[in-house]
Amino acid sequence: MSAATTAPVAQATRTPIGEFWRRFRRRKIALGACAFLLLLIVTAIAAPWIVPFDPAAPDYMAVLEGPSALHWAGTDAYGRDVFSRIVHGARISLAVGFLSVTLGSLVGVTLGVASGYYGGLVDTAIMRVCDVLLAFPGILLAIGVIAILGPGIDNVIYAVAVFSVPVFARLARGSTLGLKRAVYIDAARAIGVSDLVIMARHLLPGALPNVIVYFSMRIGTSILTAASLSFIGLGAQPPSPEWGAMLADGRNYIGVADHVTLYPGLAIFVTVLAFNLFGDGLRDALDPKFKD
Amino acid sequence: MLEYLVRRLLGTIPVILVISVVVFLFVHMLPGDPARLVAGMDATPEDVAAVRSALGLDRSIPEQYWRFVTHAVQGDFGISLKSKREVITEIGERLMPTVWLTVFAMLWATAVGLLIGVFSAVKRGKWQDWGGMFVAVSGISFPSFWLGLLLINLFSVHLGWLPTGGYGTPAHFVMPSVTLGLGVAAVMARFTRSAFVEISREDYVRTARAKGVPEKLVIWKHTLRNAMVPVITMVGLQFGFLLGGSIVVETVFTWPGLGRLLVDSVAFRDYPVIQAEILLFSLEFILINLVVDVLYALANPEIRFR
Repeated sequence: MSAATTAPVAQATRTPIGEFWRRFRRRKIALGACAFLLLLIVTAIAAPWIVPFDPAAPDYMAVLEGPSALHWAGTDAYGRDVFSRIVHGARISLAVGFLSVTLGSLVGVTLGVASGYYGGLVDTAIMRVCDVLLAFPGILLAIGVIAILGPGIDNVIYAVAVFSVPVFARLARGSTLGLKRAVYIDAARAIGVSDLVIMARHLLPGALPNVIVYFSMRIGTSILTAASLSFIGLGAQPPSPEWGAMLADGRNYIGVADHVTLYPGLAIFVTVLAFNLFGDGLRDALDPKFKD
Repeated sequence: MLEYLVRRLLGTIPVILVISVVVFLFVHMLPGDPARLVAGMDATPEDVAAVRSALGLDRSIPEQYWRFVTHAVQGDFGISLKSKREVITEIGERLMPTVWLTVFAMLWATAVGLLIGVFSAVKRGKWQDWGGMFVAVSGISFPSFWLGLLLINLFSVHLGWLPTGGYGTPAHFVMPSVTLGLGVAAVMARFTRSAFVEISREDYVRTARAKGVPEKLVIWKHTLRNAMVPVITMVGLQFGFLLGGSIVVETVFTWPGLGRLLVDSVAFRDYPVIQAEILLFSLEFILINLVVDVLYALANPEIRFR
């Protein structure tokens, strides 16, 4: 009995972040994924200083060699070191993932909060556009954008950002609708706080937990979509060590030099898996409702 | 029910209008002059002017839009810049391979996804559940083009059992539909599990157990049947995912379908084909959503009278 009465007191002294950490660290898989991602990010940033070979330097004396002590993941058709290229490719994939989701979430959350706060015609217009965008398979939208902007890794960022926008807009709108009727919003309005400040300071924070969860999950999806676009030739172009482009390059050597397609594919898979597992863990820790 | 159907049909009209405007404006968003694109690189200014008036590009934007819509409803999307053939014939040839690929992928993915989902839910919290869900999250994270290459390597290059690509015999269908369906199977497994877990908490499931109904019957009749309602909706929505996925998978297996046609057209900037394809994909998608909504309303009367 005494344990039950002291528990709420103990909980009340925890900060929200402390409470989150307490729940999150119990999820060993998500924690492992998080550690892996941190390592990956550090490796990607440090790539130019730590890789054993120049990722762009050909070596025609060592073409399509299998994995060895010298070339950990073998060499490709130009004798370039596959391991060094994969590490450099991590910079591209992570940058595309982070930038596109950041862009998509900024636009989406802004639209969503405005939509929920103003309601009426603004809301209807924004939500209709989101419905139309959501009605498309993501990659089709991205290809449409690429068709206009032209192939290239920079345009992939915009293309992939577009299909994150409606997801974030819906999330932010939902939480704004819930909070908008709260007394403190009425109070803020009564003392003459501007709409902009109300939205930024009083409504936006309420949407953040969900936005963070989706942010981490969308990065995995975005990396996968970007790699797909590069694979079909609409994203990063061949000399680039982007993982999807490396696979497209290596597909002609299947059966001759399997490592050229094996390792870049593994890199995509493990990275996307880590983001998804991390996102699942975040979701469960932030929102106990999903727990079984 | 009829009223709901009419309301839902009317609701698609503005969406179709918006899409038709976007697809039409697409040509004008392209960098450069579409007339020059059609006439070719070494065309004289006179040639370009002739093409411009032939395509109606010298008229006002609303006039051009009207022309585009009236032609489109008659199935006239112009001539492909690459093959110099009618766009509609080009698309007609590519339609069925994509439809069949999508259908086969859907069939196996739904069956396997359901089984894994139910299995995980029944063994909830045990290692089998953990294993099933780990397989599912891996499936979601697996790049389909990589899976395609791995399958080609194993079954075509090393074992020589299946063709590396192309279209025709049943053997051609095996690897593309397995590759395309993987992501959907994974999503279905996760979704089925959570729907199943939710239903198994219902009072009537407990009552069934309490009155001594055999466990097999509780699982397959009382729980799964009710869990199927949201799952069916999910199946419909996944068709869109497959349409998107087919673009990548068709490229891996050199499948003569709509997806590869789209990729080739974008690379070639063959804008009449791109326009027609995006319009077709969108209409297909709207149609699927419509069918899903109607099926859902049939299954769940609450929706109809909202």
